[in-house]
This record gives sequence, C-alpha cells and structure tokens, in this order.
Amino acid sequence: MDMTPNMTLSENVLLSIVLAPLAGAIVAGLFSKAIGRAGAHWVTILGVLTSFLLSLTVFKALVFDGAAKFDATVYTWLVSEGVKFEVGFLVDKLTVLMMTVVTFVSLMVHIYTIGYMADDEHNWDEKSLAGKNSYQRFFSYISLFTFSMLMLVMANNFMQLFFGWEAVGVVSYLLIGFWSTRETAIYANLKAFLVNRVGDFGFLLGIAAVLMSFNSLNYAEVFAAAPRMADATFQVFPGVDWSLLSVIGILLFVGAMGKSAQMPLHVWLPDSMEGPTPISALIHAATMVTAGIFMVARMSPIYELSETALSVVLVIGALTAFFTGLLGLVQHDIKRVVAYSTLSQLGYMTVALGASAYSAAIFHLMTHAFFKALLFLAAGSVIIAMHHEQDMRKMGGLKKYMPITYWTSLLGSLALIGFPGFSGFFSKDGIIEAVHHSHIAGSSLAYFSVTAGVFITALYSFRMFFLVFHGQERMDEHTRHHLHETPAVVTVPLMLLAIPSVILGFFTVGPVLFGDYFGDAIYVAAAHDGLAVMGEHFHGAFGFILHGMMGLPFWLASAGVFTAWFIYMKRPDIADVFQDKLSVVHRILENKYGFDDFNQKVFGDGSRGLGGLLWQVGDVKVIDGAAVNGSARLVGWFSTVVRHIQTGYLYHYAFAMIIGLLVLLSWVVVPGFVR
Amino acid sequence: MFTDLPLLSLVVWLPIIGGFLVLALGNNSDHAARRLALMVSLVTFMVSLPLWTGFDSSTAAMQFQERASWIPTFNVYYHLGVDGLSMPLILLTTFTVVLVVIAGWEVIQNKPGQYMAAFLIMEGFMNGVFASLDAMLFYVFWEAMLIPMFLIIGIWGGPRRVYATIKFFLYTFLGSVFMLVALIYMFWQSDSFAILDFHALKLTLNAQILIFIAFLLAFAVKVPMWPVHTWLPDAHVEAPTGGSVILAAIMLKIGGYGFLRFSLPIAPDAAHTLDWLIIAMSLIAVVYIGFVALVQSDMKKLIAYSSIAHMGFVTLGFFIIFTILENTGGTSGAVLGIEGGMVQMVSHGFISGAMFLGVGVMYDRVHSREIGAYGGVVHTMPKFAGFFVLFAMANSGLPGTSGFVGEFMVILASFKANFWYAFLAATTLILGAAYTLWMVKRVIYGPVANENVAALEDLNSREFLIMAILAVAVLALGVYPAPLTEVMHASVENLVQHIAVSKLP
Repeated sequence: MDMTPNMTLSENVLLSIVLAPLAGAIVAGLFSKAIGRAGAHWVTILGVLTSFLLSLTVFKALVFDGAAKFDATVYTWLVSEGVKFEVGFLVDKLTVLMMTVVTFVSLMVHIYTIGYMADDEHNWDEKSLAGKNSYQRFFSYISLFTFSMLMLVMANNFMQLFFGWEAVGVVSYLLIGFWSTRETAIYANLKAFLVNRVGDFGFLLGIAAVLMSFNSLNYAEVFAAAPRMADATFQVFPGVDWSLLSVIGILLFVGAMGKSAQMPLHVWLPDSMEGPTPISALIHAATMVTAGIFMVARMSPIYELSETALSVVLVIGALTAFFTGLLGLVQHDIKRVVAYSTLSQLGYMTVALGASAYSAAIFHLMTHAFFKALLFLAAGSVIIAMHHEQDMRKMGGLKKYMPITYWTSLLGSLALIGFPGFSGFFSKDGIIEAVHHSHIAGSSLAYFSVTAGVFITALYSFRMFFLVFHGQERMDEHTRHHLHETPAVVTVPLMLLAIPSVILGFFTVGPVLFGDYFGDAIYVAAAHDGLAVMGEHFHGAFGFILHGMMGLPFWLASAGVFTAWFIYMKRPDIADVFQDKLSVVHRILENKYGFDDFNQKVFGDGSRGLGGLLWQVGDVKVIDGAAVNGSARLVGWFSTVVRHIQTGYLYHYAFAMIIGLLVLLSWVVVPGFVR
Repeated sequence: MFTDLPLLSLVVWLPIIGGFLVLALGNNSDHAARRLALMVSLVTFMVSLPLWTGFDSSTAAMQFQERASWIPTFNVYYHLGVDGLSMPLILLTTFTVVLVVIAGWEVIQNKPGQYMAAFLIMEGFMNGVFASLDAMLFYVFWEAMLIPMFLIIGIWGGPRRVYATIKFFLYTFLGSVFMLVALIYMFWQSDSFAILDFHALKLTLNAQILIFIAFLLAFAVKVPMWPVHTWLPDAHVEAPTGGSVILAAIMLKIGGYGFLRFSLPIAPDAAHTLDWLIIAMSLIAVVYIGFVALVQSDMKKLIAYSSIAHMGFVTLGFFIIFTILENTGGTSGAVLGIEGGMVQMVSHGFISGAMFLGVGVMYDRVHSREIGAYGGVVHTMPKFAGFFVLFAMANSGLPGTSGFVGEFMVILASFKANFWYAFLAATTLILGAAYTLWMVKRVIYGPVANENVAALEDLNSREFLIMAILAVAVLALGVYPAPLTEVMHASVENLVQHIAVSKLP
C-alpha cells in the first residue's frame, strides 16, 4: 500500500463526484425524448456509478492512505463587508463515509428503479403528457437528489449546507408528489415541504446567529472560534441572558427536527410514503432524513459547548424513538410500518447525538441506511408482486412465492431489531450503552426510551414479517395466481444491500465506534465521552457480541419477536382482544396522537382564517373602504370627468396627460418666479 | 469604444423616439410595428450592456455622466449618470422590456402598435428616472412614466380597469405632490436641483422629518408598502400581462431606489428617528400580506400580494442600519442588508415577471385567472408546468435561485440588528412557500380538472423562449450573485458611510 502521508485529495475528483449525478439529471430531464427510457437510466446510473467509484477512491485515500482532509473553496458566491459566502468542500472521514453510503444506496436504488418503474405508464392517465416521460423524469429526479445530498454532506460552510438542505427538500417534494394525479400524493408533498420549512425557519435563524457571532460561515473558522464563545450570552427576550451557543445549537437543531422528522415535526414522513417506493428507500429512509443527524455530528464542536442544547436533542430524540415506534404497531400499510420504524430509528440516532455519542449516531446512520433501504426495497418488491397492494391484511404466505425477497427481508429485519452479530446490533447496542453512560439532563428518560424501544422494534418488525410472509394467504385469487419473484433488477439490489446489513457492523464497530476513525472530524468533550469509557472495555467484535447476548436489549428483542409470533401466528384472536381491552390506547395510536388533526385545524385552517380576516377587514374594509374609497368619493367628480373624455383615441389620452404634466411643471416653475 | 457615446441618453431617448416611430407605423401595419418594436427594444438592451461591461466598480462616483443646462433660471440641468445602485436597475429595465415585447407578440390583437409603443416610451422614462441626477429631471420622468402605464391599463386592461387606474392615479398622485414640495424646499435651501447637492445639504431635524415623510409617501406607494399597497392588486388584476410584468419588475423598484437615492442620504437623521416605522411597515408586509396572499383565489392577486411581501424585504434591508449602529456600535451588516435589498429588487424583477407571464400564458388559453378554473395543468402543459414550478420555487426563496439571495442576505443582516426582526422576516420561509406552493398544488397538480384544462396546448416556441430566458436569469443569479453585488459594493459602502454621519447643521 502506498503510504504517502501528505497526499492530498484532488479537487477535480471531488467536483466530478458532485457533478456526475447532476449531469445525469440534466441529460435525463431535459432530453428525455431524445434519449428514451434506456438512455435515461443508463446516463443516470453511469453518473451515480462514477460518483460511487470515485467516493471509494477518496475513502481509500483518506482512511487507508492517510491523505489529509480536503477543505477548500470552489468559488466565491459573493462577498460582503469582507464576509465570504462560498461554495466549497470539506471532505474528511465523516464526509467520505456519508458520500460512500449515499452514492452506494443511490446506485442500488437507481438499478432497482428500472424494475419498479417499468410499467409506470399505468399510473398515469392515457392522455397525460406528464405521464409520457415519467420514467425518465423519475431517474432525473433521483439523480438530482444525489447531487443535492452530496452538496449537503460535502459542504464546508453553512450557506452551502443550507443550499443542499433545501435542495434535497425540493427533490423530496417533487418525488412525493410524483404521481401528481393522486390527491393524497400532492397533499403529502405540500405537507412535507411546509413542515420542513418550519424546521428550516429555525435553521436559517441559527445560521444567522452563527454569522452574527462569528462573522463567518466557514465551518473551520466557526469551530475554531467556538470555544471563545462558550460563555457568551444572547438576549432573545430583553433582559434575559441565554447562552449564545445554546441558542445557536437549538435553532440549528430545529432544522434537524424538520429534516430528520423528530417530534413534533415528524408528521410529514409517514405521509411521504405516497411517493414511489424507491424514493422512500433512498430519501425517506437512508439518506435525506439522516441529514439532520449528520448536521448535528458535523457541528459537534458547537454542541459540545452547550449541555442545554444536548439535553434538548436528547429528550426530543427519546420521545421520537419511543412514541413513533408504538405507532408502527397499528399500521396496516406495509410501507407505513417501515416509515414509523424509520422515525423511531432516527430517534435513536438523535438520542445518540444528545448523549455526545456522535460516532454511534453516524454508525447507526450508516447501518440503518443499508438495512432500512433493504427493508423498503423489499417492501417495494412485495408491492410489485402484489400488483400495488400495500395492505398487509391482504398478504400472507408470500415466503414460497418470493424466496429472495423473503430471505433478504429476514436479514434486514434481524439487523433492524439488533440481533447479535448483525450490523444493527453493533450500532444500536452502542447507542444504548452510550446513553447509559451519559449524565446530562434527560439521560435516564432516554435510556428507558431506547431500551423499551428495542421490544417495540422487534414487535412491529416481526408483526410485519409474519403478516406478509407467513400464515394464511389472504390475497384474492387473481393476485395469487400472478404471484412470483420480482426480476433481477429488483432482487440484485436487495442482495447487494443485504451484505452490508449483515456483516458491515462486525468489521467496522472497532474503528468507527471505539477507535479513532473520525479523528478530528468529530469533537467530544472529555466529560461527555461515554464511548471512550465503553471503549476501555471493548475487546473486539466477538466480545461485544457475547456481551450483548447477556444484556437486557437482547432479551427484549427476543421477547418482541416471540410476542409477534405468538400474537400474529399462533393466536391471532389475541390481537383482537387487546384491541378491545385497550380501545382507548388503540384509538390514540390510530389517530397518531392527534398531531395531524391539530396541525390541520390550528395551523391549516387557522392561517387561512387569519388570512381571510386580514384581507377582508384590513385591506378591504379599513384601507380600501374607509381610507381609499372615502378619498375617491371626495374626488368623485374627477371620475365623471374622466368618463366624459373617454373617446377611445390613444392620442387624446396622451395629449390630456401631457397637458396635465405641463400644468404640474408650471406649478413648479411659477413659485420660482415669485421668489 | 462604446463609452464615448452618450450611452445614458441613448437608453433614455432611443426607446422613446423608437416608440413614436412604432406609433406612426402601427397605423399602417401591425406586423411591421411589432418588428420595429422588437428591434428598438433589442437595440436599447444592447446599448445598455456597455453600462455594465464598462462600469468601474471600484468607485462610488457617478459614471457615464452627461450634463447640459436645461432651465438656467432655476439651475435645472439635464444631468444623467449612474452608480452601482442605478446601473443594475437600468439593465433590468432594458432586459424586461425585450421580454414584454416578445410576450405581447400575437397576444395583443387590439392596436398592437400602440401597445408596443406605450411600453417603449415607458422604458425610456423609467431609464430616465434611474439615470437622472437632477431632481427636476427625475421628477419629470417620474410623472411621465405614469402616462403610458395609465394607457396600458386603461386601454388593454380588464373590465374594472377604470376603477384600477383611478385608484392607481390617486395613490401615486398623493405621493408625488408631497415629493415635489420637498424638492422645491431643498432647491430653496441649496439653490440647486442636483441630487448630489441635496445629499450634502445640512438640514435641521424638523426639516429632515418633513422631507422624509414627503418622500416616504411617494416611495411607499410605489414599493408598495403596507398600508398604501391596495392599489397594486387591483392594478395587476386589470393590467394586461405585459403591464403587470413592467409594474412588478420595474415600477415597484423605483420606490426602493428612491429610498436609497433620496430618503436615506438626504434625511439620514430623520430616517434614524423614523426607522422603527419603516421596519414595522416592512415586517407587516412580510407577515400580514403573507397571510392575505394565502387566501387569494385570483392568481394575479396572489402574485401581487406576494410582490408586496417580497418588497418588504427590500425596505427592511435598507432601514436596519440604524438599529445595527445602536446595538453594535458599528455598521457591520448594514452593507449586507442594503445589498440584500438591491439583489432582492433585481431578483424579484425576474421572478415576479416570470410568474405574471406564466399566469398570462394560462389566461391567454382559458381566459380565467381563478385558481379554481384550473387543476392538473401538468398533464396537458408539462413544459409550462416545469417552468412554473421552478419560478414558484424561486418565489418561495429556494437556494440556487435568485429568490434566495436577497432574502438570505436581509435575514442574516437583520439578525444583527434584532432577533425579532429576523424572526418575523424568516416567517416568509413558511408563508411564502405556503401561498405559492398551495397555488401550484391546485393549478398545476391533481387530475385534469375540466375540459378547458384538457384542451390546453403546451408552450409555443415564443413562450418557451421567454420562459427559458427568465429561467436562466433566475438560476444564474441564484448560483453566482457575485457579479451583481460587486458592481454595488462601492456605492453601497459609500452610502452607508454617508448615512451613518449626522447631517444636522
């Protein structure tokens, strides 16, 4: 191996990683007719493949060849008062991990889409022109998403971060509403965009606070100056001093709550399942929704200086992990189960951030990206086979028809529930242990939540697994007759994603979780460093597995799987009994704790009501009615005159106006003479 | 080599003379009139380009100056010149008029020659407003500019055009009269009508406050600021597409420009005293108008209200300097705010122009501006839908489009002044997206709503060209705004230094 310690990354390589998917998106989007369907998927797949392969070379250079991190400006967007707003890349080991995960999952999703969208014209009205090139447009969007996500993770400054942040949001909007004839889809995408904008509202204020405090938006400059600001205060309300870094940390986190769907801004994610399944896997499970997690980890030098902000992060994450997991138990739509599972797992990652276990959060982000993408794509595979039926009550016994989907789903589910040895085990156990070691406010709540969450996760995961693949075949005869395994473009990505879902954790737990993989990319204050304490007891992945098998989470997970088997396979009547006995709880869960109703009534109807009031009373009655029309009546004679001289000839009007102008001018000139 | 020519006189008089030629020709041949109008607008645009390429961005001094005595008795000069504040707006004007001429090509069947002529003549007057360095000359152009606009709304407008023009007239007349009095007062004080002499004129606080209020009435109506904004939705609704485009893209900017050229440098102490009022009016424009826009059922009204909200950022950016001075003791952030306001003006020119053209494209086919008359347009007009969604996103301030740049700069700058300014301004992120994208949802997406929508035909090549040019402009300014802000730096920094110093005698 070539060990040149001062080897540097090439800007051109990094630019190519970003621009290759963009180029693919532009070609597939603008020239869809010329290149046709095959042309569109080839050009975008090549673009993303290029990005993935180049990301691997960057990964090798940084991790194995000891290259220095890259932090430089590509171009200066604008300069004002010496403050530079730039577009530039910061590529270190944290970035390159994200780049590799994003491009790999994206590549898998691109390939899978060939199969999933093959008969997309059925989703469109025959006459719809938008349906004519929907296949190409879909590829264009997912490539554009890849570009945006890479811009987000590779940013070296807050402005570009915000660009990527909003750009992924827009592509998500376009894709959730992709089937634009469906009212539910275009409701869901508007909802997703607006809820995210609520988060971005806080995020932008956080960025403004950063600029005010540090007079720079460059990460390196801000992080270097952050410790000097540790004791600075800021008055949001006059006379009340708050820690400046807490204010910044919390405002930025509001952005993360939107993008990473933390309570109470989680409401958009379940509805986003209206989009085609490949994007549920790519955007709403593996990558975009983890942007908030990544962002907080990137900002660790700021968060480490504010325990208040960390506590907020921890508590919000804990609430999300627990309460959204419960909702997964009552869903019937296969995709919605996976969606609530995603919410809950994002809560786990957020908890890890709050416990200062940033590397555990990123580690779980990585393993989750693989096994959750796998679960979504497997769900999509089931949906294809079921002719776009998503209700699990109409499935069952699919094991024998779809062996590849079955086995890969099983592997994905085991990874999700943290079965010892699987990738998810290492990352989730890491989080639970780290929270156990944390001492900041809220950590006991969080510990309860993530531990109890293990049981819930196992329960809803295997409820879904058994309902779909085992038991009675509840589909209609026609569907059953056509059931068969999906084509290779679908199953190959499943198998390729299953590999890291199973083995990746085993090989990476040492360096990523307990080693110094991240180096200076993540900063943890010594007082918060629970992972370091755990690391002292870490003696290899095998030891970790053995230790895990004696721990509480393992038994909770096993209990969850057993309960699912018992209730849904052995004694299906029990589920109904529970439903009756606990009808109040069930109703609360069915209503998703009432968030949607509340938002619709208070924010939706409320703002429309307020708008109507301001318009009809403020504008129409007060300003126009009293002020303007009142004056208009005063000069009512004027309009009568105007009506008389309406001859219809242009020059008459012009002539009259010019005379008027001359009169006005002489009015100016005359006082001068008088003087 | 171009700089030897009297460029500013050319961009003022070329379209006016050209306009009269078109008028003369229009009586004989509509087609020839259109072609001539296009030629005149294109030549004017080309002539305006050297103003940018030959611009010296290292100085705040006036450039391309032309000066000749006009009315010697009152020291009135024909004095033209531009700096970093006015030059971009002249380019925006010459650019927009080309698009308006193309947009009206076959849409205007009623006296197309006169229609085109009115726009060309108005272009000359508007360029005159931006280029004037003599207050009297400015005033003449300022008033003259309204004449073609009245005609455009009054002749080619909708059914309630008389109400709209009279409302428009009342509002603007009210504003202008007081401005004129203020100008004359300053002439008495300085024996000059030169705007730059007014800048140097020492004035008592009382005099400044009266002058400031006089200007405020004139400019606030133009911008328009809450609560003198209600003429705009009516004017837009009744105006033909081209009229709406010019109104939104250029005329509103004249109000913003007036604050920078007159109010702030002439009466800085009064501005300091009354800045709370302007800031309150700006923030009300963002929040209150945002809610009002949400409930509009007429697309043009919705975009008109959206314009008012977006112009709130312009005035907010211009007037936060005094709070920044008080809170931080320095002017750091003031330049960002003013430049943000300027960028917002240019960007809003592109975006609102594009939005109005987009509504015009649909109106030409369906003859309705009601949101409820549409639904599922994407299925019959996919190309158009693509552009419309892009411009809607730009209108919602999406990074990468020009709509982001100005709002971003102003929000960052206003945070330095006061957390709550930034807080209220940033609500546009939610409100702007809500009213714009809710309209998009109902108009563009969904199943095909009715036979009219089913019968729609996608953009023709003329419409495609206009949309594409604007899309490029919106994206280019969003991805790389530095070329625009660089030409402003010297002028804005000079302005900030000027208004940070008291002018009390």
